[in-house]
Amino acid sequence: MKPAPFEYVAASSAADAVETLRRYGDEAKVLAGGQSLIPMLALRLARPSVLVDINGCVDLDGLTESGGTLTVGALARQSGLERWARTRSPLFAEALGWVAHAPIRNRGTVVGSLVHADPASELPALLLCLDGAVVARRKGGERVIPADKVYLAPLATSLESDELATAARFTLPPEGAGWGFAEVARRHGDFALVGCAAVLALDGSGAVSHARLGFFGVGGTPVRSGPGEAALAGQQPTPARLAEAAKAAAAALSPDGDLHASAGYRKTVAGTLAERVLTAALGRCRRAG
Amino acid sequence: MKRAVRVTVNGKDYERAVDVRSTLADLLREDLDLTGTHVGCEHGVCGACTVLFDGEPVRACLMLAAQADGHEVTTIEGVAPFGEALHPIQEAFWAKHGLQCGYCTPGIIMSACAFLKEHPAPTDGEIREMLAGHLCRCTGYHFIVDAIAEAARALAGSRPAPTVE
Repeated sequence: MKPAPFEYVAASSAADAVETLRRYGDEAKVLAGGQSLIPMLALRLARPSVLVDINGCVDLDGLTESGGTLTVGALARQSGLERWARTRSPLFAEALGWVAHAPIRNRGTVVGSLVHADPASELPALLLCLDGAVVARRKGGERVIPADKVYLAPLATSLESDELATAARFTLPPEGAGWGFAEVARRHGDFALVGCAAVLALDGSGAVSHARLGFFGVGGTPVRSGPGEAALAGQQPTPARLAEAAKAAAAALSPDGDLHASAGYRKTVAGTLAERVLTAALGRCRRAG
Repeated sequence: MKRAVRVTVNGKDYERAVDVRSTLADLLREDLDLTGTHVGCEHGVCGACTVLFDGEPVRACLMLAAQADGHEVTTIEGVAPFGEALHPIQEAFWAKHGLQCGYCTPGIIMSACAFLKEHPAPTDGEIREMLAGHLCRCTGYHFIVDAIAEAARALAGSRPAPTVE
């Protein structure tokens, strides 16, 4: 028994959880899968006075795909998304294979990982690359936070302390789009030193009609690369063009150095991975029309 | 702060009042005397405390005991079919020298139980990927890979359960 003392509230529904959050404000922390929060409690890096357990909120479970949008409820486990992805989305399947290990993914939730906002984790970068959003509910209202407004700093999001992230939405890539995903980590299942994801789609002439390039592990938040995408938009995706886009993307990054990798190393690896994932994405594209 | 928990462990029902701070690993070890579930790092890294929660492997140190209320848990004490007999995975670990000090072994066997159901004929690569979630400081992992591959063959019935020579 290692965490500091806390009060435990088992919420029975989203409304119940939201009401509890309103009552306790920033003294409370939401417990979903617990795969990041419980280690932080054990190490006493977090000492909330109230834990609001949402595991009993059946109205927060579920995973639905409709009209090109995937909606993932706050209780949907990473392993559940992985099972869905095996037949529906090789990009998610590949990315989730890099998220910790199977026993962690069996408990860890998709939304929990998104709003825990570890800058080295995979799913937030996918939220950015798939034009996603987080649905936040508080007593008396709900808002949809687009992915590019979610992440503020390491472990910090724009969610308010009385807001519950009830779901995440991902816009699935357009028909015929290709994807790429790559990561460098010290060991399988470790947090990424650098990771990169890309989605590319081509129009009837073979020019790039849709480009998304995202990084994780390269700074305080996941990064969607404006310069990398701009270098591709409307262009013929020749190998030289992809290399140029990767170079532009890496040049715009300002990663931190730490015990595991220097800033310079991260930047170099980011450029290399970007070129690889763009090349992989192009190879998987089917031309429109 | 205490909370009542009703949980089924290895097919047996228990009711206990637990401190809300205690983990599922604490409940198993301290309250139910099921000390086969080992606790290494207590923050989810080492995998020694892995148990089956409603049939799926999870870290018992990363769940609160209170969260087990109404659920089913299987620990290493519950895998063997009866009495002194061992489960084919346990037999394979014995036959292939898949353990030395044994501290990590219960967690690995619980993961292997679920893994071999999903991967009845795993490649070495798949076994190694699964093992990446478990730390072993003695064996160097090679004999663990052999043991799990052997267990897969035994469970598939292509040969009798390994016997100890």
